[in-house]
Amino acid sequence: MNSRVKFLRTQSLEAINTLNHERAVLVTKFYRDLLPENEPVPVQRALCFRYILANKSVYIGEQELIVGERGPAPKATPTYPEVSLHSLEDLDILDSRPKVSFKVSEETRKIFQEEIIPFWKGRTNRDKLMSLMSTRWKRSYEAGIFTEFQEQRAPGHTVLGRRMFGKGMLNLIAECDAALLRLDLGTDKEAPAKAAVLRAMKIAAQALIEYSYRHSEALDGLAAREKDEQRRTELQQMASICRRVPAYAPQTFHEALQHYWFIHLGVITELNPWDSFNPGRLDQHLIPFYEKELAAGSLDREQARELLQCFWVKFNNHPAPPKIGVTALESNTYTDFALINMGGVKPDGNDAVNEMSYLILEVIREMRLLQPSSMVQISKKNPDRFIHKTLDIIRTGFGQPSIFNTDAIIQQLLRQGKDLEDARNGGASGCVETGAFGTEAYILTGYFNLTKILEVTLHNGFDPRTERQIGPKTGDPLAFNSFEDLIEAYKKQIRFFADVKIEGNLVIEQLFATQLPVPFLSLLIDDCIAKGKDYNAGGARYNTSYIQGVGLGSVTDSLTALRYHVFEQEAITMKGMLEALEKDFKEYEEFHRALVFNTPKYGNDNEYADQHAKVLFQLFYDAVDGRPCYRGGKFRINMLPTTCHIYFGSVTGAMPDGRLAGKPLSEGISPVQGADQKGPTAVLQSAAKIDHIKTGGTLLNQKFTPSFFDDPESYRKLTALIRTYFRMDGHHIQFNVVSADTLRDAQNHPEKYRDLIVRVAGYSDYFNDLGEDLQNEIIARTEHKDG
Amino acid sequence: MRNGLNLSLQCFQKKVKVQGLLFDIRRYSVHDGPGIRTTVFFKGCPLNCLWCHNPEGISGEPQTIRRKRPLNGDQAVVEETVGKYFTSREVMNQLKRDLLFFEESGGGVTFSGGEPLQQPEFLKEMVVLCREAGIHTAVDTSGYALEEVFREVAGLTDMLLFDLKTTDNKVHEAYTGIGNALILKNLQSLKGKGPEVVVRIPVIPGVNHRPEDMQAIRKAIQDSGARIEAINLLPYHRLGRKKYEALGMQEPPAFGPEITSDQIKTLMKIFEKAGFETKLGG
Repeated sequence: MNSRVKFLRTQSLEAINTLNHERAVLVTKFYRDLLPENEPVPVQRALCFRYILANKSVYIGEQELIVGERGPAPKATPTYPEVSLHSLEDLDILDSRPKVSFKVSEETRKIFQEEIIPFWKGRTNRDKLMSLMSTRWKRSYEAGIFTEFQEQRAPGHTVLGRRMFGKGMLNLIAECDAALLRLDLGTDKEAPAKAAVLRAMKIAAQALIEYSYRHSEALDGLAAREKDEQRRTELQQMASICRRVPAYAPQTFHEALQHYWFIHLGVITELNPWDSFNPGRLDQHLIPFYEKELAAGSLDREQARELLQCFWVKFNNHPAPPKIGVTALESNTYTDFALINMGGVKPDGNDAVNEMSYLILEVIREMRLLQPSSMVQISKKNPDRFIHKTLDIIRTGFGQPSIFNTDAIIQQLLRQGKDLEDARNGGASGCVETGAFGTEAYILTGYFNLTKILEVTLHNGFDPRTERQIGPKTGDPLAFNSFEDLIEAYKKQIRFFADVKIEGNLVIEQLFATQLPVPFLSLLIDDCIAKGKDYNAGGARYNTSYIQGVGLGSVTDSLTALRYHVFEQEAITMKGMLEALEKDFKEYEEFHRALVFNTPKYGNDNEYADQHAKVLFQLFYDAVDGRPCYRGGKFRINMLPTTCHIYFGSVTGAMPDGRLAGKPLSEGISPVQGADQKGPTAVLQSAAKIDHIKTGGTLLNQKFTPSFFDDPESYRKLTALIRTYFRMDGHHIQFNVVSADTLRDAQNHPEKYRDLIVRVAGYSDYFNDLGEDLQNEIIARTEHKDG
Repeated sequence: MRNGLNLSLQCFQKKVKVQGLLFDIRRYSVHDGPGIRTTVFFKGCPLNCLWCHNPEGISGEPQTIRRKRPLNGDQAVVEETVGKYFTSREVMNQLKRDLLFFEESGGGVTFSGGEPLQQPEFLKEMVVLCREAGIHTAVDTSGYALEEVFREVAGLTDMLLFDLKTTDNKVHEAYTGIGNALILKNLQSLKGKGPEVVVRIPVIPGVNHRPEDMQAIRKAIQDSGARIEAINLLPYHRLGRKKYEALGMQEPPAFGPEITSDQIKTLMKIFEKAGFETKLGG
C-alpha cells in the first residue's frame, strides 16, 4: 500500500473509540424545540434527519480521498436516544470497561446528564417497547430464552442493490413525484398516508444532497488554503465529485465509491439499524465503472486499488453503536457486520467472478482491517482459482473472507418465493444471513436459546435460575416412558416460546412501522417508492423476519445422551440424570466422563447422534417457518449465534451433553467444542444432514492450523472440501487458521498482538477485544485441532 | 438351546468371514496419497522400527491406551481399547461415507498400518470391494510380505506407497529388527506393469540421513524398474513418542540431531536429479 493508505490505515487503527454526543444533542433539540407536531410521523423523521445532516460537523481528514464521517471524527460514535437511552451508569461502564470501551469525555457526560437523559427518560422507543411486552415475554426474556434485536437498535438488515449505483437522489425524488401523481384518493384509502411517506422520502433525499454540498464547500475551502499543488488538485476534484454525487448517478469509479459512502452515512445516521448496511455485491457494482475508465485511460489498476483502500478505511472508522445495559454481554463487539460480497453469479446465471473480484481480494489482504468484513460467494460456476486466491488470505490467519454457497443461497431465496433474478442478485450479509439485495427487508429479531428450552422442558416448564414457571407444564420428566415423550414435551415448549417471541415481534414491528419509520432507507430499497410504503412498514418487495436458533450441537448431544443413557442403555434413571445436572456433575464424576467420552456425538457423521440434529431442526422449523410477520412477509429460521452462545450458556445450567452450568453452548451448526473426533469431512457430513435450503443461513466454523495450507496440493484439497460441502447444500463454511500457542501468547501479551484478528462466529474480531471466556473458548477449539 | 445355537452360529461366521484388526479409520487424511482420503490403519507389523510414530500399529493384538483428553479446562485420563475387529462390510460402510469428497478431490482410500499385508485376506477383500465401489485405493507397506501376497496385492491396488528405509541389510536389521532382502526383492517384482508407486523414505538422523545412504536408495529404486510416481522424504519427528507411554510400551531412544532443512534439500536433489518428482512429507 502507498504512503497515503498507510497513513489513513494507521490513523484508523489508532483512533480511540469515543461515545459522541453530537447526534444526541441535535435529535434532542429537534424533538424538544423544532418538532412540527401536526406533521405525520414519517415527515417528522425526515425533517429530523435533515436537521442532523444540516448541523452535524463535517470532517475531512488529511490525505483522504473518500470523505464523510458519521461523527465529528473517525470512531466518534453517536447514540440514538429516540431508540434507546444510555444512562450515566452505561456511560461510565463504556468508558472504563477494559474490552470494547468507548471513551466518554466530561463534556459528553455532562450533556447527557443535563440535556439528553432528562428529555428522553421514559420516552424512548425502548421504553414504549418494554411497556408493550407481556409478562410471559418479559419472564422468558429475563430467563435468557431469547434476545430481542430491536430492543435497542432499529430493524435494518438490508443491503444495497445494483440499481442504486445507477441512480442519483434527484432520480429518486423524481420517482417519488411520479408515485405521488399516481396516488388516487378515489380508489386508495391509504393515499394520504402514502403521500406523507413519499413526501418524507423526498425530504430525506434532498437532505443527503445538501449534506454532500456541505462537503464540497468544505473541500473548496481546504483547496483554497492548500499549498501543496497535488493535494489542491485532489481537493478540487473531490469537491466537484461531492457536487455530483449523490445528487446524480455516479459516472466514474471514484464517484461510485463516494456515492455509496454518502448513502451509507445516510442510513447509519438516520437510525442505528442492525446489522450495518453495506454495498453487497461490490465487485459487480464497480466493474462497469472500472472497465469504462480503464478503456478510456482515466483510471489504472493502482488508482482503483488506492481508492478501494481509502474506502475500506471508511468502514473501519465506524464501529457499531455502543450498547446499553446487560446486552453488551449478548453481543460484545465493535464490528458492525458490513459484509462485502464477491463472486457468485450474474443476474443471467453466469459466473460473476471478474477482475474487480480479484482486486478486492488483494485489497482485503493488504488492508487487514476488522471492517468491512468480506466473503466470497462460490457457485459451481466459479473457477477454482478464485477459491485459491481466497485461501491465500485465509491462511494468513485473518479470518476473512468467509465462504458461501451461491447455489444454496439462490435455492433458499427461491423457496421463500423470490423471483429468480432477485435471488441471483442476492447474497449473505451480517454473519451468514441470506437476502435478496436491494429488494428485501430481512430483519433479524433475536437469538433463540434452544438449549435453555430443553433445560426448561426437563423441569416441567420451570426455570431453575430465575426460579419461575416460565413455560407450560409439559409433564414431569420422571413420568416420561420413552424418548418420544420427551420430544413431545420439548416440541410443546419450543412452540410455546416461539409463540411468545413472535407475539412480541409482531408488536415491535408495528411499533417501528408507526413510530420510527425510515424515509431515507426506504428510498433505497425496491419497492418502497412504488408502494408509497416505508421500509419498516413493509415497503420492501420482500419482507422476512428471522429468528436465529442457537445451540444445535449442544441440544443434539443432550438429546442423544438422554436417549442413549436413560431410555436405551438404562445406565442411569431420569431421576439420576436430573440430580447429576442439578449438582453440576459433582459426585457424578464417572457418569460425567461417560457423557463426555462414551456417548455418540454430533459432528462425527454418526447417524445415531445426527438424527437428533434433524429432530431438533424440524421442531424449530415447524414452530417458526411460514408464520406471518407484521410487514406482510413471513418468519423464517436461521442457525447462527454471533457471540450469543456465550451469553446463552451463562444462563443455562448443566446439560446432559456433559456441559457444565454456565459454560458456552455450541455455536452455529458446529459441533460442541471438542466433540468432533473424526476430522472435517465427518463434521461436514453431520452438518449437511439438516436441510440448509429451508433456512436463511447456517454458520459452520472449521478450525485449521496453518499446516493445512502448506502447498498447492493442500489448496486443492481444501477446495475439494468446500466444493463437496456445497454439493451437499451446505450454506457457509469459514476457516480459522491460528495455532493455540499463538493465541495463548496473545492472551498473555495482548500488546504484541494488537492486529490479531480471529474469526469468532459469523464474523471476525480483534482477539484482544474478546472477553476472556471467548478467548479461552477459541484457544480450546484450536488446541483440539492441534492435538 | 437358543444360546447353544447362537454360539455355534458365531463360530460358523468367524470361520467364513475374514475380519480385520484395525486401530483407526481416519478421514480427511491428506498426507497418504492423492486427494482427500480415508486411511484404514491395520494393526500388527513384522517390523520394529525404532522411530515408529504409530507404535499402536506394532502389536497384532488389541491393547489398552490411556489418553489424556481435555475436560472442562482440566485433563481427564481416559482408557480406550486400541484395536478392534471389523468385517469388510463394516469398514466399507465407513469408507463410502466420504465418497463425494473422494470424487471431488481425486482421493480415495489408503490402507496403512501397521503392515496391511500382514492381514492379506482382509486386505485383498477390502481392495476389491473398493474397486467395485469405484474408490481409488493405495496400500502403504513396508514391503515385508510373502512374495505371492505382495504380488497379488500389487496387482489389485491402484497405488502402492512403498516405505523404503535403507538398502543396507545390517542397518536395516539393527533398527527394524529384520533384514531387508525380502523387501528389496518385492520392490524388484514391481518391474514393468504394476500399480503406480510412491516411495516413501523416512529420514532418520544417524541411520540413513547421509547423501550416500540416499544415493544407494535412489539406485535401488531406479534398478527396480517400477512405475515410480513420486518420492516422498519424511523427516524424523518425535510426535508419536507420547503414545509409547500411553500404551505402556518401552519408549525407544530419540534420534538426533534434527535434520536441517539444508540437509533435506541436498537429499531431495539426489532424487530430483534422477528425474523423480520429489516431495517433502507425504
